[in-house]
Amino acid sequence: MHMADALISPAVGGTMWAATAGLIGYSSRKVKEDMDERRIPLMGVLGAFIFAAQMINFTIPGTGSSGHLGGGIILAILLGPSAAFLTLASVLTVQALFFADGGLLALGCNIFNLGFFPCFVAYPLVFKPIVRDRVNQRRIVIGAVLSSVLGLQLGALGVVFETFFSRISDLPLGTFLLLMQPIHLAIGIVEGLVTAAVVVFVWKARPEIVEMTLAPKPAGPPAFRKVLAGLLIAAVVTGGFISWFASTHPDGLEWSLSRSTGKEGIEPPKKGIHGWLAELQQKTAFLPDYAFKGSKKEKASGEAWPAADPGTSVSGLLGGTLTLIALFGIGLLLKRRKKQHVRH
Amino acid sequence: MSGIESTFFDIGTMDAISRQDTFVHRLDPRIKVLTALVFIVCVVSFGKHDISALLPFLVYPLFLVVVGDVPLAYLLRKVMLAAPFAILIGIFNPLLDREVLLYVGPLGISGGWISFFSILLRFMMTVGVALILVATTGYHAVCMALEKMGVPQVFVVQLLFLHRYLFVLVDEASRMVRARSLRSFQGKGLSMRVFGSMAGHLLLRTMDRAQRIHQAMLCRGFDGNLRPFHPLKVRAWEVLFLLGWSAFFLLMRFYNVPRFLGTLMQGFIS
Repeated sequence: MHMADALISPAVGGTMWAATAGLIGYSSRKVKEDMDERRIPLMGVLGAFIFAAQMINFTIPGTGSSGHLGGGIILAILLGPSAAFLTLASVLTVQALFFADGGLLALGCNIFNLGFFPCFVAYPLVFKPIVRDRVNQRRIVIGAVLSSVLGLQLGALGVVFETFFSRISDLPLGTFLLLMQPIHLAIGIVEGLVTAAVVVFVWKARPEIVEMTLAPKPAGPPAFRKVLAGLLIAAVVTGGFISWFASTHPDGLEWSLSRSTGKEGIEPPKKGIHGWLAELQQKTAFLPDYAFKGSKKEKASGEAWPAADPGTSVSGLLGGTLTLIALFGIGLLLKRRKKQHVRH
Repeated sequence: MSGIESTFFDIGTMDAISRQDTFVHRLDPRIKVLTALVFIVCVVSFGKHDISALLPFLVYPLFLVVVGDVPLAYLLRKVMLAAPFAILIGIFNPLLDREVLLYVGPLGISGGWISFFSILLRFMMTVGVALILVATTGYHAVCMALEKMGVPQVFVVQLLFLHRYLFVLVDEASRMVRARSLRSFQGKGLSMRVFGSMAGHLLLRTMDRAQRIHQAMLCRGFDGNLRPFHPLKVRAWEVLFLLGWSAFFLLMRFYNVPRFLGTLMQGFIS
């Protein structure tokens, strides 16, 4: 499930990009520091493997539909969290650039949802403790299923919250959660089983590949990773909540002013630099004030929703049409000029 | 199945388009990446009921498509392939937001439909610009631009490797799938157990390949550093390209020109 640019606000997209950029930086340093360089081509080829494996469809038992390998957990098992995160991030980047899955601004969200949760949460906190260094088939299956389910649930939760805080979609939080979480529970179980099937096969054929990353390393503080994960989650959650309140409530000053004067703020002088600045500020607000549902209903019961002023609607329509005509003209002109250019 | 295969062939088509030599293709990749980012942030920052204000932004993709000689039908098909998620989430808006915001004659259009169309428009523009970026720049050049802009080198090397081996492995996987389906009757689906061993085999071959690649790279002196064949250089007028378009985007972001035009026209008519 990929987030799309069309559904997120710049605040949410920017926050998630910041978190993802931090993670890419951290993972790159980590990979450079403690990995033997043999793994660098391995990462590249495994990323391509994730693509290629998606071409092999299998039938999901009991249903007529087919599924394919998602990839987060299997990469983490084969490469370890940091390298797996980078690999997954590169897969998602290629998907965004070539297949238009998501978009450039939503790429931060997508890498976070599909990369961070399986690699840095589900793998180290679920798969690793279950399997530890005593690898056997049962442990692999249980670990893979549980960690896939957890990773996908968290990822779906990420999609829901990012969409919700962006306020482009009108879906209420509860409905959206009910829509997303059960579907992803089913997907998670199937993905876990498939991951387990592949990992068990590889482990039987070449046990050293699977055991290589699971072997406890003498160096490296794992505590730091957990602290970092906690901090990042906290940052994202607070960032999300702040932007949520920012978009629905008037800020503290405005609110207290409206309480004390009964008006929406003190009327500022309309002309001069002050008015111009206020206008600019209003226009630069990245989180436009959307009306409360409640207040909307109240007003609607009295008369038509005030924004449906026929005058502005008509000018919007007319202007939109004019713009489209102008666009068409520009396109034709550019094309004509180019043809001439070629001829000369 | 054939559907997925053909989308992979599409990567080759994109690469072919990106190898043209036009004004847009000659621009420094960093300039194009930055302009695309400014464009996307501006488009996405509009309120959810804006449609007319978004329209002027179409100029930029239009400019790139025409001047950069990107086949428009091909581009639209690719954008449509990716549309389902945005449509799936957006289609709830008309059901949930029934406030009538706009009257076209006797017909009332609800805010939900307006925001749905706004979502579709944003979707087409943001995704379109991302695709055009690759189609006019080339994947390799985009990666080099990212490296110059401070993305960690390990990650850039990873992006380049991934692209390079995509074709090889996709070929290998499709050979396996074809071989298996030729030997199975009545189009019986692939069971999970068989999938496990097929994907597992592919994985083992992949890892062996990685080892061979690494040895070959070491033989040719690879030390983890990228050495671009053509060093990137930004010329002054290219900075103007970036600044000019950014100024245009900001202008269109802060002033609703279509509405202004419409009001003007209304004045004429009445």
